[in-house]
Amino acid sequence: MSAVANTIFSPEMAARFDKLATIYPVKRSALVPMLLYAQDEVGYVSDAVVAEIAQRLDLLELDVRNVLSYYSMLRTKPAGKYNVQVCTNISCMLRGGYEILDHCKKQLGIGHKGVTPDGVFSLEEVECIGACCWAPAMQINYDFHDNLTPAKVDNLLQIYRDGKGKDVK
Amino acid sequence: MPDVNFIVDGKQLTAPAGTLLIDACKSAGIEIPAFCYYPGLSLQAACRMCVVRVEKMPKLQTACTTPVTEGMVVQTETPEIAQARKATLQLLLGNHPLDCPVCDAGGECELQDMTFKYGAADSFYAEPKNHREEQKWSPVVYFDRPRCILCYRCVRMCGEGMDVFALGIQNRGSSSIIAPNVPAQMSPDQLAHVDCEQCGMCIDACPVGALTSGTYRYKTRPWEMNHVATICTHCGDGCKTTLGVRSTSDGSEIVRGDNRDKSGINGDFLCNKGRYAFDFANHGERITQPLVRHADGTLKPVSWEVALEHAGSRLRELRDSRGGSSIGVIGGNRLTNEEAYLLQKFARTVIGTNNIDHHRTADYVTFAQALSGTKGRTASQHDTASFPAVLLVGGDPTNQNPLTAWNLRSDVRLNKARVYVANTETIKLRRQAKAFLQLAPYGYGAFANYLAGDAAAASSAAADANALSAFRDAVKAEEKLLILIGSELRGAELKKLIEFGLTIPGAKFALLSDYVNSRGAADMGLLPDMLPGYVPFGAKHPLASEYAAPAAPGLDMLGIFDAAAEGELSALYVVGANPIARYAVDPAALKDTFVVVQEMFLTETAALADVILPAANLYEKSGSVTNSYGDLQQVAKAADRAGVRSDFEMIVRIADKMGAEVPKLVPFGKGLRADMGQSRGAHSGEADRHAVWLTANNLEPRLSPFDPFAILDEIQRLVPGYSLLRLQLLSGNDQHLEPAAPSGLVQITGQSARRDLVLPAHDSLFTSGTLGRYSAMLNDLQQNEAQRAAASSAHTAAD
Amino acid sequence: MPTLVSHPDEVKVISRRFGQGAADIDKYVELDGYKAVQKAIAEGPEKMSGWIIDTMKASGLRGRGGAGFPTGLKWSFVPKQSEKPKYVLVNGDESEPGTCKDHVIFLEDPHAVIEGTMIAGLAIGAKTGFIYLRGEYRYLLKIMEKAVADAYAKGFLGKNIFGSGLDFDVITQSGAGAYEVGEESALMESLEGKRGVPRIKPPFPAVVGLYGGPTVINNAETIASAPHILLMGGEAYAKIGSERNGGTRLFGISGHVERPGVYELPMGYNLKKAIYEVAGGVKDGKKLKAVVPGGSSCPVLTADEIDVGLDFDQMGKAGTMLGSGGIVVLDETVSIVEFALRTINFYQHESCGWCIPCREGTDWIKKTLTRVHAGGGANKDIDNVQYLAENMLGRTFCPLGDAAAMPTLGFVKKFRKEFEEYIAGKRVDTPLITVQDLVGAH
Ligand SMILES: Cc1cc2nc3c(=O)[nH]c(=O)nc-3n(C[C@H](O)[C@H](O)[C@H](O)COP(=O)(O)O)c2cc1C
Ligand code: SF4
Ligand code: FES
Repeated sequence: MSAVANTIFSPEMAARFDKLATIYPVKRSALVPMLLYAQDEVGYVSDAVVAEIAQRLDLLELDVRNVLSYYSMLRTKPAGKYNVQVCTNISCMLRGGYEILDHCKKQLGIGHKGVTPDGVFSLEEVECIGACCWAPAMQINYDFHDNLTPAKVDNLLQIYRDGKGKDVK
Repeated sequence: MPDVNFIVDGKQLTAPAGTLLIDACKSAGIEIPAFCYYPGLSLQAACRMCVVRVEKMPKLQTACTTPVTEGMVVQTETPEIAQARKATLQLLLGNHPLDCPVCDAGGECELQDMTFKYGAADSFYAEPKNHREEQKWSPVVYFDRPRCILCYRCVRMCGEGMDVFALGIQNRGSSSIIAPNVPAQMSPDQLAHVDCEQCGMCIDACPVGALTSGTYRYKTRPWEMNHVATICTHCGDGCKTTLGVRSTSDGSEIVRGDNRDKSGINGDFLCNKGRYAFDFANHGERITQPLVRHADGTLKPVSWEVALEHAGSRLRELRDSRGGSSIGVIGGNRLTNEEAYLLQKFARTVIGTNNIDHHRTADYVTFAQALSGTKGRTASQHDTASFPAVLLVGGDPTNQNPLTAWNLRSDVRLNKARVYVANTETIKLRRQAKAFLQLAPYGYGAFANYLAGDAAAASSAAADANALSAFRDAVKAEEKLLILIGSELRGAELKKLIEFGLTIPGAKFALLSDYVNSRGAADMGLLPDMLPGYVPFGAKHPLASEYAAPAAPGLDMLGIFDAAAEGELSALYVVGANPIARYAVDPAALKDTFVVVQEMFLTETAALADVILPAANLYEKSGSVTNSYGDLQQVAKAADRAGVRSDFEMIVRIADKMGAEVPKLVPFGKGLRADMGQSRGAHSGEADRHAVWLTANNLEPRLSPFDPFAILDEIQRLVPGYSLLRLQLLSGNDQHLEPAAPSGLVQITGQSARRDLVLPAHDSLFTSGTLGRYSAMLNDLQQNEAQRAAASSAHTAAD
Repeated sequence: MPTLVSHPDEVKVISRRFGQGAADIDKYVELDGYKAVQKAIAEGPEKMSGWIIDTMKASGLRGRGGAGFPTGLKWSFVPKQSEKPKYVLVNGDESEPGTCKDHVIFLEDPHAVIEGTMIAGLAIGAKTGFIYLRGEYRYLLKIMEKAVADAYAKGFLGKNIFGSGLDFDVITQSGAGAYEVGEESALMESLEGKRGVPRIKPPFPAVVGLYGGPTVINNAETIASAPHILLMGGEAYAKIGSERNGGTRLFGISGHVERPGVYELPMGYNLKKAIYEVAGGVKDGKKLKAVVPGGSSCPVLTADEIDVGLDFDQMGKAGTMLGSGGIVVLDETVSIVEFALRTINFYQHESCGWCIPCREGTDWIKKTLTRVHAGGGANKDIDNVQYLAENMLGRTFCPLGDAAAMPTLGFVKKFRKEFEEYIAGKRVDTPLITVQDLVGAH
């Protein structure tokens, strides 16, 4: 039974949030992870998500928006089912990060922060994701893919298109 | 905190340990520039303008976060520091629009001043500045993003200062932005808005022109205005407001109200009414010509001479034919002390009646009587910002006494004060309260009794018995307690509470009321059963003996209208009040009464008048007013309007037309006799007491019968408690006056007979009695509120 | 998935258990797991704290997060008595470009992080430890969460750990994308559910930290080193390293090398050797142009400046920093202007925006370099960039401003010619696609 009547989240997520709000010395500590997990389920941080999380943590919606807008992984608009995040930071750049990004743009027909018409993919150019020694690297729904080549990328995108892709949400 | 010694720019300085370097320097006359630092608000160290060189420190240090320590050696203006500040300014100006010539803040802009000082005008960026359209966050708050330098003052002012939290910081890095609490997508018009108290404090705090005021923006340039510091006409807190005045074809109009010189009793603070609600003066319906009702029943403009002659002679007739006791006089809460005093003196000595009253917004008579004989027991507004503990019974300062609320919040924030709130409503100040006690409906009396030790009263005081007793014990444990009382408590209840409070040796009291001079009206004796200073009739007091006032109490507000209904009221003289609307009087009651009204607008009361005399408002006259706390302040004439007269002048003129001996009413010129009291024999003792007093206080006699100071002299001479200091008053400072009712003079008998005529105004942040109806800005704000409310309810309904 | 590498010159201390499935708690225990914490407890309630701190001091371990502050000393700053609870906070925000070492620790040896957290807790008298991982490390967070759950299941965490009569809890936390949150005080803000804006210091975390309580904040690698140090003894650990730089550290060698990867080398190991021997030399036999030795914040070294030992002091002498140990290697083909631009883009994007010099400085350097790189530069641009960077240095609220200014200064000073070529129109690249504002919508 969720702490919030008519929650917008799945029973599992609601239960998880109920717990999350209790494990810290201060409730508010749950805010950042909650926003991220909510985004994983809803697809983005909608106004409804902001409202419910504010309610759960006894915060003003303004507080939630202030925090939400600070973190670059959080978005207020829907992304694709599979969010492709290509790192172009220095180590990746040196090993072809931009070629990989351009290749993704070409293959998906979208640019930075774009979403394919069928809503299956979205693309993002991101900062260093901590895979520098295995560059160039990217993440699709949190799953790391490294030592990339255009061929490897094509193959990956196909796997996800076929719904066989890994999702570590 | 012990004092420490340190050296700044070679000067030996001393300050309590822990004082922030920036403050220590300021009090030593060394100005350290800062954008983000704002005294009393949390520290940011964000703007990096206050960097100084502290010996033994590798980097430049921020003076706004560095506490002074023993032996510290500091440089505040070296080339290195100047360069650091210059670079910071250059960085800011990189994106800051250079629209200073049209910017409201131009000439009052801290960024402008700093740029001038550090010569950072040269911007060496080739890239275009990021432009954003100006946003209208509310009728009174506008935001110009590119001008914002992100000092976060507004955010802290709104959150920490006002406890509203309507502003936030969003995004990060160079896209950081100040954001209001209603985002565009959540708003019906798809534009971002603030849902707040519209106090405008954010605008005052803004060091640049990023936040501007809806009433002032693009109206004029600061240096084209005269700035007059006077007292806000709205609530009983009596804030100083600095009015920017510009001359116009028919006088001079107020274009801005703010609190730039923070010298007033209100320090940094000003609420939306003090800031914006001066515009009633320019309302289209303002009466600017005397009107007289003609035989055909219509009101027609006439000359001042005709109007005054008509009013005066008719009043005289009626007095002589039907007696002064057939005439009623009603005064207002926005009159100056001088006018209120003059009005009651006029009623008592010229008309010869005690049928005199005003719209009472708190029971000051009981307050004064309950405290009579005590010394140092009444609180000044200043105490609300400094007392270690405060008990607030009734009232809703957030909405009705905003400065009091601000001070209490600051007291909690800065002095860790303990605030105890007991109220029948869940007022907002409970958020700062150490303890909030929800009282039962009408539970104030029972609560007072309970505090005074009547255990039986518990059940009718509050539902939660444990909370109640815990609350009482906490309050009783306090040694230095400020007891703030709302106007809900009157008569016996009020007396009881004060009696309880008096058992706490360090307790001080204040009774909150509405309107700038509600307290003054009562102090000045606009009452049927009390002379000024709550001196009862027949008391051995110069007032009683000097006035040839009728001995018996007169009719009160309701009595006057009852008499009218019975056809026994021959005339009614109303000065700056709207009793018809206030007390829902049936207009028919006045059909046989000759009514003279001094007003700005055709109010419900004025509409019934036979003579309407166009009156000046508080911003158009000078004198003094007394706030809820008994703090006396000077009112300075700011604006001017052709065709209107001050109530003071009109009263004198009417008295004159009634054939009264004006020098007796207003002691001016030579007074009544040349005799200074030294003469022996027949006339001795009959000396002109006023003249004697003037010489004794080496004051000059006033030369004009229209000079309010002539009456102020008499007030000071005669009214108990009004022993004021001229210098204080004239230099625009506030001074606290003890309430009067000197012990021995209080008549206990008949006390219970007094009926409760207190009618709180229940004004919100966006209303101000009848006057508020004529403020376009307050109307806008009410509409704005309504829309917000509608929108948010619609929103909640949606999800 | 990270590919593990190895080289004979490596001295495997922290990486000892890598590649052996130590994420499994039984395997970890089999490999001397949770022995260090028990060894500490065996010292007895009185001596335990002192013994741990002395051992850490003796080990000469210096913070692996970048600043290189002596860890034992840091732990000793925490007041013994405190009204407010004390905390241990493990910094796993690993976001410094060129750095991916903590990544491998979380993946290969999560229990070492937990055990290290417990040890730090015992040292300072904390009952709760937080392990904060950057949001992008979701799969590593899951590994950590499982490890923590297993430790509770075995009774290693929770009430009365190892019969010490002491309780200790570990809470894992996810970030959501912010480099600045790696700064210790911003990290605490983030953990408290706020914007990742640093706090005013003093007070320092050791005195007033998380929820106002005394807090020790350490990098994940620093924490993971603690168990090994307690087991092998401080002196033994110190001996492996160089003077005043005890032990080993994980170096992530990336960019233009034949065998990029995370190698554990003794402190003081020669940088040139690390590149040419350990990492197999410059990729495709190209010539070396430059090296960014410790993550993107460190001033660049030219090809002939790399004969230097990899420790905090020698790097400092060489005019750069050891930083996070992320060695980024640039071959002759690299355009320094483009590299400098990409670097400043990162800092411009990650600046929290709190203070003026960093917020505006990174933005204007980015704008100017973008133009220069696209061929629209003017001569004064180089001086402007240098002027901006110099005026950010040491003037910002937190070190991110420095982290942006220092490399920028390195590039324009050591490779000024290249910038001039761009301005002279001798070189024009297609505009570099830059990370646009990923933050919010406005
Ligand atoms: C902008 C900035 C980012 C940082 N990012 C990290 C980080 O991702 N991980 C980390 O361990 N330390 C990071 N640090 C260093 C931390 O502030 C802190 O010094 C460190 O975590 C202390 O741990 P240590 O003593 O074990 O190195 C960062 C510092 C700054 C100024
Ligand atoms: S230097 Fe200033 S703006 Fe930059 S990250 Fe630190 S606090 Fe934020
Ligand atoms: S630079 Fe791409 S993962 Fe670090």
